Amino acid sequence: MGLAKESQFHVLAVDDSLVDRKLIERLLKTSSYQVTTVDSGSKALEFLGLNEDEQINSNQPSVSPNNHQEVEVNLIITDYCMPGMTGYDLLKKIKESSSLRNIPVVIMSSENVPSRISRCLEEGADEFFLKPVRKSDVNKLKPHLMKTKDNNHQKQENKEASETIEVQPPQPPQLQPQQQQSNNKKRKAVEVEGLSPDRTMPRYSGLTAV
Amino acid sequence: MDSAVLQLQRQLSDYKSSLYNEGFLDDQFTQLQQLQDESNPDFVVEVVSLFFEDSERLLTELTKTLDQQSVDFRKVDAYVHQLKGSSSSIGAQRVQRVCIYFRNYCDEQNVEGCLKCLQQVKNEYTLVKNKLETLFKFEQQLLAAGGSIPMQ
Repeated sequence: MGLAKESQFHVLAVDDSLVDRKLIERLLKTSSYQVTTVDSGSKALEFLGLNEDEQINSNQPSVSPNNHQEVEVNLIITDYCMPGMTGYDLLKKIKESSSLRNIPVVIMSSENVPSRISRCLEEGADEFFLKPVRKSDVNKLKPHLMKTKDNNHQKQENKEASETIEVQPPQPPQLQPQQQQSNNKKRKAVEVEGLSPDRTMPRYSGLTAV
Repeated sequence: MDSAVLQLQRQLSDYKSSLYNEGFLDDQFTQLQQLQDESNPDFVVEVVSLFFEDSERLLTELTKTLDQQSVDFRKVDAYVHQLKGSSSSIGAQRVQRVCIYFRNYCDEQNVEGCLKCLQQVKNEYTLVKNKLETLFKFEQQLLAAGGSIPMQ
């Protein structure tokens, strides 16, 4: 996977519109991101390595870490209005998955509906872009991507120990699974508290390494 | 510089300005042009071609759906939503505007209103298609004469 060398960030773009996929791909490529585009939420989940079986086991610690993620995705940007699985549904599934929930998710929509925006941010979306998406929007992705790279790097070095230090006083390793659960709750609480109606600023996960 | 090239440049720039002034194109089209460069010299033509294909498909579907005995307005709305989205993404302002009215008639389940809008959106689509094809032709002529397309 090449974490040692300076590798490009990989963005997964999800949109049922052919025109918009072309546009977002170009926008992301001009920012030097590696891009994969898919036309539906289900294809996105498939690409991310999450299928029916994985979902059932998603709350259990993974036995083989690289089992479901062959490709590393650093950010997911998805349209909101899609037939079948909406961008919101996709966001939920990603946040419910232990292997995917730390990947930043950005929602795009052609409609400016405040309740929709809040809902998405509440569910853990890092940004909400109004369409048509512009270069200035894409420029806002960098901090979210950098955050993930730091997270991944930390995890490589010291898997669960760093998360322990972040949120609670150090505890013996056998308590890890319990801690993961309380970490999740804490994270959710942080997100809801910080919410305000015209919030468009990015939000940081409670597990961010500082 | 070659006077033929200068003339062609002038022709292109005047034509482009007229499209903006008459509301056929908006700033989003400019955004598209800014995404084009030496490594992707055909980007605008490619996206616009996708828009043409997509729109033609949607207009065909809309015609079929509105022709039914019992009109499925949710389907109509879904198609119009898609057309509104793609026209907005390439900056085809007048097409996008008609889509907004079109959706209102959908909400009201007004078949006659929808049919009127369908005709209008077809007209606007044809107009912008012709305009863009002319614009691309002028660009080709300029390039063929040895000129370069000014960055907007």
